[in-house]
Amino acid sequence: MINTKSLEGSQMLEINFGPQHPSTHGVFRMNVFLEGEKICALKPVMGYLHRNHELIAENLPYAAVMAYTDRLDYFNSMANNFGYALAVEKLADIEAPERAAYLRVIMAELARIVNHLMLIGFLLNDLGAFFTPVLYAFREREKILDIFEEVSGSRMMCNYFRFGGVKRDVSAETLAAIKKIVAGFPAFLEEFEALLTENEILCMRCQNVGVLPADLAVNAGITGPVLRASGVNYDLRKVDAYGLYDRFDFKVPLGKKGDVYDRYYVRVLEMRESLKILEQALAKIPQGDILNKKALPFLKAPRNFKPAVGEAYGRIESPKGELGYYLVSDGTPQPWRYHVRAPSLINLTVLEDMCVGQKVADAIIILGSIDIVLGETDR
Amino acid sequence: MTLFGTGVLKGLIVTLKNFATSYFRKPDNGGIFTVQYPEERAKEIESFRNFPFLVYDGTPEKIRCVACGICERECPPKCIHIVMETEAGTGKPAKRPAVFEIDYGLCMNCGMCEDVCPFDSIYMDHAFEVTASDRTQELVRPKETLLKSNDYFLKIRPGTATPVDQKRRAAEEKKKTAQAAATPPKTNP
Repeated sequence: MINTKSLEGSQMLEINFGPQHPSTHGVFRMNVFLEGEKICALKPVMGYLHRNHELIAENLPYAAVMAYTDRLDYFNSMANNFGYALAVEKLADIEAPERAAYLRVIMAELARIVNHLMLIGFLLNDLGAFFTPVLYAFREREKILDIFEEVSGSRMMCNYFRFGGVKRDVSAETLAAIKKIVAGFPAFLEEFEALLTENEILCMRCQNVGVLPADLAVNAGITGPVLRASGVNYDLRKVDAYGLYDRFDFKVPLGKKGDVYDRYYVRVLEMRESLKILEQALAKIPQGDILNKKALPFLKAPRNFKPAVGEAYGRIESPKGELGYYLVSDGTPQPWRYHVRAPSLINLTVLEDMCVGQKVADAIIILGSIDIVLGETDR
Repeated sequence: MTLFGTGVLKGLIVTLKNFATSYFRKPDNGGIFTVQYPEERAKEIESFRNFPFLVYDGTPEKIRCVACGICERECPPKCIHIVMETEAGTGKPAKRPAVFEIDYGLCMNCGMCEDVCPFDSIYMDHAFEVTASDRTQELVRPKETLLKSNDYFLKIRPGTATPVDQKRRAAEEKKKTAQAAATPPKTNP
């Protein structure tokens, strides 16, 4: 398991973090090999939450899989729905109408804010600032979850997207409520940053810890805020311009060093950019249909939905990175092959590179800064 | 160059401010928004979906479900079990469910059954206090406990129930007028 030659003469200590350790963000296990307090090797162990997601999907009609995608990354089911809807729409050549496309962007950006709030809160928990930042974040998250419940019926397992549109139209009152949240959010963010960004303890714990060099990040296929914190300008919303993202004016925040602090700060900045997108989308959202006419008959009869033989890959910039759905159709109501490219899993591959040479307490915050969700990692 | 420790102090001011103002701010503006659950209840949101229930019109005998089995087939985790009743004498299918069971322990609240039902019969409920001490007996809900009146449906989800009611009433009237148009030639030869 470990190269013992290099460890001759030294006292090695193997520590198991998890799978029930509270700081591993779920049922994730790290085998940490220590020399004193220094980490000399780290082996991530995954699979405790494996639920056979892909095989279940291959035995269900396309529409029924939507509900299962909620369970991948259960903090932002809206983003998961978005990716899957895009993949199927590519496969069957359906497009979402204008209003639905705007609603999708609004929901996806709200989900990004929820996700980053949660991440920052729990990262601070890992640092030892128990529950004050988390609960400030939860206070704001609650307002957004109320919106999700109003539009989709569920706070977390939204199941809101349909092929060629969305499930339910959003009333003017709900849109006004979203506007109110967006208008009030910068004040909260200012306060949150006053609490955290310049805090000396946070800076000392996070700066120059868990540095991920840009070349390693690119070679390992890292995506999302973790990649951008290392200074690589790669955001699928800009690169692919899926949905309507080419219509909005927003910047891609980048980090300089790629340490834990940059990964924290990139997310704060991303929330501000999300607010910008939300403002523009809420101002421009038109009236109209929320479902493509082509997709309408399949709502009542999901088994009649048989895309032509072919394959499609739909990807979005989920809050954690590139979330991709690969589908192969053989002309039957079920996908012949269904694969999820989960950003959490791929971002975890560089965990050891970031941790080796650091102190054991830093492994926890490095893991926290990657932003993993085990529902998505293990599937 | 700022003095070391100012960041921490600034943060402490934020927490102090939040602690003090949480007592007199409004709940949606940084105040205390927790609801003391068993005594108080949060406002019910109309589109909230939890577990499915069956709708009947008037009396529980007038059940809308015709046991077509579409929801059973389309349910992603396969938690619905339906057996169609047969007429006592002839043995023909009676278009009524003899058995209609939903395993609440298996249901994942996706709302697919509601989407696919062509007879406006199955809808998602608001009742969330469904705990049971026995997984096999109490959580597998039989027809009797699943049936709820249309009035209840109108009460919890007026936005969905009212158009459905209007649609059904219009269809019924159309049927009646069609019958009235079809019957006179038979009665008066």
